[in-house]
Amino acid sequence: MTEEIIIAGFGGQGVLSMGKILAYSGVMQDQEVAWFPSYGPEMRGGTANVTVILSDERISSPILHEFDTAIILNQQSMDKFESRVKTGGMLLYDPNGILHHPTRKDITILKVEGSRLAVEMGNPLTFNMIVLGAFLKAKPVIKLENVKKGLEKSLPERHHKLIPLNLQAIEIGQEHLVVVQTV
Amino acid sequence: MGELRLMKGNEVIAEAAIRCGCDGYFGYPITPQSEVMETLMTLRPWETTGMVVLQAESEIASIHMVYGAAGAGKRVMTSSSSPGISLMAEGISYIAGSELPCVIVNVQRGGPGLGTIQPSQADYNQATKGGGHGDYSLLVLAPASVQEMHDFVILGFELAFKFRNPVMILADGVIGQLMEKVELIDQRPRWTNEQILEISGNWATIGKPSSRKKHVITSLEMDSNMMENNNLRLQAKYTQMKDEEVRYEAIACEDADYIVVAFGSAARICQKTVQIARKKGIKVGLIRPITLFPFPEKIIAEYAAKVKGFLSVEFNAGQMVNDIRLAVNGVTKVEYFGRMGGIVPTPDEVEDALEQRFLIGDL
Repeated sequence: MTEEIIIAGFGGQGVLSMGKILAYSGVMQDQEVAWFPSYGPEMRGGTANVTVILSDERISSPILHEFDTAIILNQQSMDKFESRVKTGGMLLYDPNGILHHPTRKDITILKVEGSRLAVEMGNPLTFNMIVLGAFLKAKPVIKLENVKKGLEKSLPERHHKLIPLNLQAIEIGQEHLVVVQTV
Repeated sequence: MGELRLMKGNEVIAEAAIRCGCDGYFGYPITPQSEVMETLMTLRPWETTGMVVLQAESEIASIHMVYGAAGAGKRVMTSSSSPGISLMAEGISYIAGSELPCVIVNVQRGGPGLGTIQPSQADYNQATKGGGHGDYSLLVLAPASVQEMHDFVILGFELAFKFRNPVMILADGVIGQLMEKVELIDQRPRWTNEQILEISGNWATIGKPSSRKKHVITSLEMDSNMMENNNLRLQAKYTQMKDEEVRYEAIACEDADYIVVAFGSAARICQKTVQIARKKGIKVGLIRPITLFPFPEKIIAEYAAKVKGFLSVEFNAGQMVNDIRLAVNGVTKVEYFGRMGGIVPTPDEVEDALEQRFLIGDL
């Protein structure tokens, strides 16, 4: 199994840390992982994206043209990455702020109201974990127990008290995954 | 098995330095490698192993701090990115001329000049053909994974002391920022004064007993005959490196019609290119030079007689391709494909270029 994922949105949405937790969870599951961020001025706002690869085999290129899954969190990223999902692949997005919804017919399209649900939960910072939950519902490539271990490993000790909240957010994301189209 | 962690290439340079018993790091921050010193400052090794970590006032100062500490037989290093390495060039030439061991990490970004902070491999010539003045060579290691960033710090110090020569780890922004699983070595102690005496006692400036002549660390020699002898001694050392230290990885080359040659992160991209091409029925292999100096010219010369062509893939205007041409010596076709200025090509783009260069006429 090899899963090639792009996560793209605004800087500050937790794009990079979502990818990091996914990568850490892959390590906990004895997989090979790669995490490659866009770096530079993006960190100060603007668009940010990260490639995450999970595999049972040695990973070749961390730079990819096409992805099995695109997790899209703003319009600019939709414009950039919709065309770069492999035929038969999957696009998961948060419709909040999206003006031009995806139009491709040859990929599975899913959505999750991550930003709305995070506000309703009373903690906008859980946004990325809600989206991660939705992704794991759609593609259960990582076992939930390993995500928990991944959180423990990637968060500094002083933030461990936040792990239950994050797990709750993942659960909410799983419950609110909406299928737009399947192929 | 050592401790397993998920780490950035830059972070692991710092972790490996501490764990292998490095005595000192002297540096000055620059993107895309600032995490090296950041990580060292966070880990505070001066409280555990006693390793010195010092932010100098400039790259020029930091390389000369390395020069001084290396003269005392200490295991010391610095890291920077392209423009910073240019500033260090004078000091590197002096260290090579004085025959001192040290490790220098270059996490390359796009140039020339201040250029861009995005990844590049445009310092290949600078790293392998000198960079500073005079007839000297660095031993250059090109990591293609986070694990190799770790392993080459350790190997780098071994080779630096074996040859009393600076070793450069030539990485790029991709490998520096990439996060992967890495197995860390267990903490090793720093060398004691007794060990330094035993290992480097015949040249290092570590306090002169009355029983021996003084050791002088210098690259200066006013007598031309003596200076030529110094140069001959250096050249003999580089020949020995060519005989003993060539490293490379060959993937899917046995039945290949075409061989892609690429180092560092370009080699990772090309590994995928090989998979894509083979799916289309094009027999492509990959040679990944691990040492850029000494360059793996023998293996390339061997395959030159068997394949229809080589494609050198680099994030620059075509630098390593010249070393491939020398090794191939006209026996078969040698082409180049690359991107510049911080643009990193995708595996598909490389595969396309391969077909363009070699297959259009055949089809």
